Amino acid sequence: MKNFADLLDRLSYSPSRNAKLRLMADYFRTTPDPDRGWALAALTDGLPFSFPLRRTLGEMVARRMDPELYRLSRDYVGDTAETIALAWDPQPATGAGAPLPIAGRGRGWEYQEDTDRFHAALNRSPSRGGEAGACGERGSPRLGDIVDELALIGRDELGARLEAWLDELDATGRWALLKLLTGALRVGVSARLAKTAVAEMAGFAVSDIEEVWHALAPPYAQLFDWLDGRGPRPNVIDAPVFRPLMLSHALEDADWAALDLDRFWAEWKWDGIRVQVVGARGAMHLFSRTGDDIGHSFPDVIGGFHFNAVLDGELLILREGHVAPFNDLQQRLNRKGIARRQLDRFPAHVRLYDALLLDGEDLRELPLSERRARLEAWHARVRPPRTDLSPLIDVAAKDDLQQLWRRTRDTGIEGIMLKRRDSPYVAGRPKGLWWKWKRAPLTLDCVLMYAQRGSGKRSSYYSDYTFGAWREGEEGGRELVPVGKAYFGFTDAELLEIDRWVRSNTTESFGPVRAVAPELVFEVAFDAVAKSTRHKSGVAMRFPRIHRIRWDKPAQEADSLEALVALIGR
Amino acid sequence: MPSDGKFASWLRPDPSGLCCVPGGFHIDPARAVERAIITHGHSDHARPGHGAVLATPETIAIMKARLGPEAAGSFQELRYGEPLAMGGVTVRLVPAGHILGSAQVVMEHRGARAVVSGDYKRRPDPTAASFELVACDLFVTEATFGLPVFRHESDAREIGRLLQSVRAFADRTHLVGAYGLGKTQRLIALLRAAGYDRPIWLHGALEGMCRLYADLGVELGALALVNDAPDRLPGEIVLCPPSALADRWSRRLAEPLTAFASGWMRVRARARQRGVELPLVISDHCDWPELVATIADTGAEEVWVTHGREDALVHQIALMGKRGRALALVGYEEEGE
Repeated sequence: MKNFADLLDRLSYSPSRNAKLRLMADYFRTTPDPDRGWALAALTDGLPFSFPLRRTLGEMVARRMDPELYRLSRDYVGDTAETIALAWDPQPATGAGAPLPIAGRGRGWEYQEDTDRFHAALNRSPSRGGEAGACGERGSPRLGDIVDELALIGRDELGARLEAWLDELDATGRWALLKLLTGALRVGVSARLAKTAVAEMAGFAVSDIEEVWHALAPPYAQLFDWLDGRGPRPNVIDAPVFRPLMLSHALEDADWAALDLDRFWAEWKWDGIRVQVVGARGAMHLFSRTGDDIGHSFPDVIGGFHFNAVLDGELLILREGHVAPFNDLQQRLNRKGIARRQLDRFPAHVRLYDALLLDGEDLRELPLSERRARLEAWHARVRPPRTDLSPLIDVAAKDDLQQLWRRTRDTGIEGIMLKRRDSPYVAGRPKGLWWKWKRAPLTLDCVLMYAQRGSGKRSSYYSDYTFGAWREGEEGGRELVPVGKAYFGFTDAELLEIDRWVRSNTTESFGPVRAVAPELVFEVAFDAVAKSTRHKSGVAMRFPRIHRIRWDKPAQEADSLEALVALIGR
Repeated sequence: MPSDGKFASWLRPDPSGLCCVPGGFHIDPARAVERAIITHGHSDHARPGHGAVLATPETIAIMKARLGPEAAGSFQELRYGEPLAMGGVTVRLVPAGHILGSAQVVMEHRGARAVVSGDYKRRPDPTAASFELVACDLFVTEATFGLPVFRHESDAREIGRLLQSVRAFADRTHLVGAYGLGKTQRLIALLRAAGYDRPIWLHGALEGMCRLYADLGVELGALALVNDAPDRLPGEIVLCPPSALADRWSRRLAEPLTAFASGWMRVRARARQRGVELPLVISDHCDWPELVATIADTGAEEVWVTHGREDALVHQIALMGKRGRALALVGYEEEGE
């Protein structure tokens, strides 16, 4: 636990990606199994548990600290878990809240004797640890042991066990353990960065790790055996697991100008969600683009599948051959139970465009044109229900394609994909092979209403903006109603200007949020707008971002809610 | 418990600071006074312009070096442990363990003993005489780190973290912010004690005080100035005043990894505010357990708190069954630690 705690501590203070990679690679290189595997789990997909700690911590503090001293400490530090980690007195008899035993003290003490006694007291306390202290004697618990116990522990036992661990750990260890238990490390490391560190430690590419990742489970003994040259590469060819996706780049004007259309083909960019269909060992899975298995939400789709393949496609709601708006698909996502009615009202469908594996054969090294031919033949033979193939767009001239692209919004299509005919299926986002050419966004002039401080690098800036559109107020006159929230789309220099504007136009503060005078207009870009019962305005923007800051535009001339409602379905 | 005001008749705060009335002197006054006893050389305790200054020889040397030889009308040295009678008060200076020359002021008057500790710490420090505990009736303490969250790590652990980082990031310069008087020299001595024998590089502002320490017999090993560096000092340790950490000055170094040695580094928000990559909890003040233990060990029935986080400490003193009083003396800074 000590090494892991020190790692988290260093990561939390290190702004540079390279420094983080090196810290993690050093840790993975020098830490034994299974501790490093659990650490990797904590830094990527998370540990298989988390505990709501609020009450437990409150009870523990009440047992172990003087309430007034705790209150003053909490006020000063500003964070409960950190306050406990720092103020925790492993020996309740001699410090923090508990009064010291003072009896029969008088004058005439030998100073030296007092000093000796003092140092003896210091050595007793494990928090003095260091290399020479008593910490080593008691022994710091290992991450692996803690995880093993937590997996079995009942909620009512947690308090007592946690208290014992806190007694054994140093302040950094206590801080790290509390973070681990709440399941939110927040040390500025993405799952991919952690995998990259593991790869670099062993001289592999991160895509090598990602390829086998989903066939593995914490504490990843098989992975480290392979990386250390002690074991075979984990076999994933017939495993029912997610394979890393090939992603596309957004097409900019310059890319379009330089594009040799003869080497590419075009497909429609469907307005659904990207999925990977995996059939292996008799089981069927439907993975989202992040590798989450969402098959349980779509029994209507995977119930009819019986094949051995890994396919790439788009999950859509399809009615009589027509693609329904994205909002309909949303009705099927993130739901626990599935009602029959939902299945009937929102029938799901997978539109396929690529094949990674067919009947146990890995096709990813083959050119796209060859994979497509295999996919077509396979689909004609197997004929899985609720699927079809995404058609290729039959155009040869750039001008014609551009015409089609301009009309995509009218036809409810998200844009056009351009794929190089000879492209292998490469995990990640390789440059120059696949392009996405999204339809032009919708825009609306909105008025800034609230600004919230950001996090991390932006923690001193008001960088998250809630903006509104005008509507008729109940008592006549016009009022603003919030229609969306955005925190990107502007440059660093613009952020600085907005931040300054927010600070000098604040009308009210609520913690990290400031209400501002309704005077600054943002031109907001968004991909679509849909009805929503969860928002006061009755509508929800999809993917809103700040397109332009209209310093010049009077707020009274900003757009109305009706104008936004008129864009629904567009 | 003594009756109220046992000490009020002869020791009391006034606008200049803490005043010993029968002795006719102030201790670490914030304004210029006739006669001052100075506990140590930090600028918020040792101010210029007093008529006469009484202090340890080391403190006087530091004051003269920092403030000039004319900083006081006259200087009188008093060595540790030597008694001196001043208007019915017997005064002794005993080591406070804070920095070189730092002293507690022990005063005896009409059978009662008061100790004004100044700033103090109880951990061993190769650059300062160790704190001596003096049993007393009234103990006057600081409370810079007077909250239970302040529990300083062991020096060895923190120096170990620094050296480990130097090994792990051998291509970068480790730039360590440290207060120029006391902390800098202690850091150097701790590095030496940990076996680090490479030259330690200094920002120009730290040179003078290191030289004075060496003159006063504190062994610091090979030191060099960043201005004389042959390259960007990858893999080396550079010390600078805290204010230079974020300064353009550091651009001459190899992708500097910034560290800061201070008791404040215990709290994450404080370390983040400074943009520190490697916070080192190394302090020249007592942490909470040491404050509490010291108050207990003196046996004092009355405890006054000069400055710092006095709310929590006064509360703790009450829990210990003693009479506590916050003096809230102005003029003492704590950011420099």
